[in-house]
Amino acid sequence: MSFEQFIFYLLAAIASIASLMMITVKNPVKAALWLVLAFISTAGIWITAQAEFLGLVLILVYVGAVMVLFLFVVMMLDINMAVLKEGFTRYLPIGGLAAVAIFALIYLVVGPNNFGLDKYAAPAMMPADFSNTEAVGIPLYTTHVYAFILAAVLLLVGIVAAIALTLRRRPSGTVLYQDIDKQNRTLAKDRFEMVKMDAVVEKPVVKEEEKEGDKS
Amino acid sequence: MIALSDYLLFGAVLFMISMAGIFLNRKNVIVLLMSIELLLLAVNTNLVAFSHYLNDVTGQIFVFFILTVAAAEAAIGLAIIVLVFRNRKSINVDDLGSLKG
Repeated sequence: MSFEQFIFYLLAAIASIASLMMITVKNPVKAALWLVLAFISTAGIWITAQAEFLGLVLILVYVGAVMVLFLFVVMMLDINMAVLKEGFTRYLPIGGLAAVAIFALIYLVVGPNNFGLDKYAAPAMMPADFSNTEAVGIPLYTTHVYAFILAAVLLLVGIVAAIALTLRRRPSGTVLYQDIDKQNRTLAKDRFEMVKMDAVVEKPVVKEEEKEGDKS
Repeated sequence: MIALSDYLLFGAVLFMISMAGIFLNRKNVIVLLMSIELLLLAVNTNLVAFSHYLNDVTGQIFVFFILTVAAAEAAIGLAIIVLVFRNRKSINVDDLGSLKG
């Protein structure tokens, strides 16, 4: 077994065990952390397939952003742990059966008989100065530039939808809101008024003291 | 040398496990959403492997777009879960049958 085969099987074993733990642990926080482990080891497997850019993007975007979002939501919701795994064993036979059947069918199609090394020889490794990022980036910004822009618009729609869904308008009176229209309509003369009034002159104190001094 | 079938079978194992997860988890919608993320990861692994063995970078570009869509889907899915929890005080799958689907 060569070194890269060893790495591949190690990462594949870690990813499989981590995803098995993800679907079986009771605590959703732990499930999210197992899923992070599965993502990281799968990123390693992508890097063995010389998709370095996507492997790193998987770690940055998924582990760094999406899984943190999952953890935020899991911790924000007050979940009743006791009922979480009821019915787990009830669906275990049918779930396991369906999963094994699907795997057997996929194995028949993509197993070593059809996609083994004799059918598809392993491609030559790229030289050390080969840039996978450049190889992905140039077609991304030229041939597929419309799809790229569309993906950006899709992310914008995702932001707007997520905010619009979770924005909570509480009844007025309980909370003070900032009314930007009202703020913009305000003029200086509504806020500040000049009032004409007579000057108030205090009588000088020194003179009275002097008069008292004269009397004595 | 790693065969192409190794990558594809790894993808199949991930797909199998996450599909079993969707079958088994009847109590927590968040774990369901995580299983869907894992399904997408399995499919992406297939695309990366084919892109490597056929020496065509288009597969990796496809994975890039799938990652984008999956990120948007996760954000909206979590927003919906937060909304459901706010209204019903539960994210138990069995309690969410009001659509009678």
